[in-house]
Amino acid sequence: MRAMVYRGPYKVRVEDKDVPAVEHPNDAIVRVTLAAICGSDLHLYHGLMPDTRIGHTFGHEFIGVVEQVGSSVEDLQVGDRVMVPFNISCGSCWFCARGLYSNCHNVNPNATAVGGIYGYSHTTGGYDGGQAQYVRVPFADVGPVRIPDWMHDEDAVLLTDAAATGYFGAQLGDIVEGDTVVVLGAGPVGLIAAQSSWLMGAGRVIVVDHLQERLAKARSMAYAETLDYDEYDDIVVELKKQTDFLGADVVIDAVGAEADGNLLQHVAGAKLKLQGGSPVALNWAIDGVRKGGTVSVVGAYGPIPNAVKFGDALNKGLTLRMNQTPVKRQWPRMFEHVRNGHLTPREMVTHRFPLEHVAEAYHVFSAKLDGCIKPLILPDAA
Amino acid sequence: MTDPDIPSAYVRDKRTPPPTREELRARIPGWGADLDPADRPSHPKLQYPADTGAHWDFPERQPERQPRERSVEHAFVTPVFGTAQPLRGLSGVVRRFAYERFSEGRLAHWVLLVAGDRIDAWGSHLRSFATLRPDVPATGVRGELAHGGLRSRRGRSDARHHLIDPVVVAGPWVAGAAVTYTGVRRVVRALRR
Repeated sequence: MRAMVYRGPYKVRVEDKDVPAVEHPNDAIVRVTLAAICGSDLHLYHGLMPDTRIGHTFGHEFIGVVEQVGSSVEDLQVGDRVMVPFNISCGSCWFCARGLYSNCHNVNPNATAVGGIYGYSHTTGGYDGGQAQYVRVPFADVGPVRIPDWMHDEDAVLLTDAAATGYFGAQLGDIVEGDTVVVLGAGPVGLIAAQSSWLMGAGRVIVVDHLQERLAKARSMAYAETLDYDEYDDIVVELKKQTDFLGADVVIDAVGAEADGNLLQHVAGAKLKLQGGSPVALNWAIDGVRKGGTVSVVGAYGPIPNAVKFGDALNKGLTLRMNQTPVKRQWPRMFEHVRNGHLTPREMVTHRFPLEHVAEAYHVFSAKLDGCIKPLILPDAA
Repeated sequence: MTDPDIPSAYVRDKRTPPPTREELRARIPGWGADLDPADRPSHPKLQYPADTGAHWDFPERQPERQPRERSVEHAFVTPVFGTAQPLRGLSGVVRRFAYERFSEGRLAHWVLLVAGDRIDAWGSHLRSFATLRPDVPATGVRGELAHGGLRSRRGRSDARHHLIDPVVVAGPWVAGAAVTYTGVRRVVRALRR
């Protein structure tokens, strides 16, 4: 089969690989029909995630058709069209039993601090991902769901991570009616977080970024006010002015480890890898939220320590809430919202690349060329 | 009555009330559909799903065809695991040491894994030079032409950071080439004497 392959920082290409095999009785092999590059894939692409091995196939956002099932699979059948949560979860450990599917303890021998994720280095279990023609899907009776007939494929693929994470991020903010919510980052996760904040009763939603096309999308897709941080000497001061010097009730960090906005942090974190990513957005969240407010973190950070302003979080009495998204828990409600048009994930898709052009796709998305907000990967395109 | 110019943060209530429900519902599709915090999918954080799909108490164990590295914070190799890219070579030795010697709580664990990554990358680059498909410092750069590299960066504050990329990415390659060139030249000169 053809598969995207990591060759080192800033280097990916397409290679021939063996079609994955069933390795456990509850495995399924899925033929991928549509995949996406996630912003967090860029952390791998830039070499920020420890134990990212040469030859690894990325991709944790994908949908496809069941090609083969293991002997203990009861629910899925060959030929089913499925969407697969980015989390690999067993459904039976202490954590899964309590709904924390993203924190499963039975799928990642390499680390206890993170669950299993498709195509996301050996730190998350060493599973090849879905930017390929085929992928191994463990615990086929737990994760995958048949795609509803009415659902658009592009919505389905985005629900496997980006959209679910945006929706989850808004929930972590514990938004109450009338709250002012600031979303840092107008990428795929931030856009859905902004849409979701309204569903949870926000009275005001402000999205912060510096890329004009993304800010325009936040206005048109999420009805948000927008702030271009480049226009202000200090965005934290502007956030205070915007909120009558209170600070926002809730700030959602939808940026993560490669935040820009501070040269020293960006170079030390994202370029020279002297810390586990650049915590600029997280620090803006801590400074920009009001005292007693809530910071929701759904931007991804690596396991290496970061220079985070923890003292301010303490002194302000903040609630910090975060996790990888337990995707499947979000789906029943999100399906309703997508069907009703309250959440519109596929509005964010700007680029569609054949798998053979995956290197170009990574470069364009990484450098944010051509107004790229969300690139999809078409495994079977010529 | 306090001076209305004094901002909200210094008085009891927000000076500007939020828009009414009617205004918001008229403007925002679905506003308030998840208004009740107790009726959101991730509330409460710990909740027992009615059915996860699991029909086992503990999953059957996946065969371990070769010794699988694991975090020392795990009691055992998890019943299911990825089999992509097993440990090999010098990078494998470094990575296995990181897993066996240091817990995830130790910075050395992660620093060693990053070191393993770099050894793996450079070993692979060197091996690729003996193939018909040698590695290059960065891939996909033709996107700069096809997707408006210059146009896309115009006016962006992060463009200056992008100037660092070629140094970070190509710098080690240039240094490696220089060292190789110097070394080869010295060897050739020594042989000529």
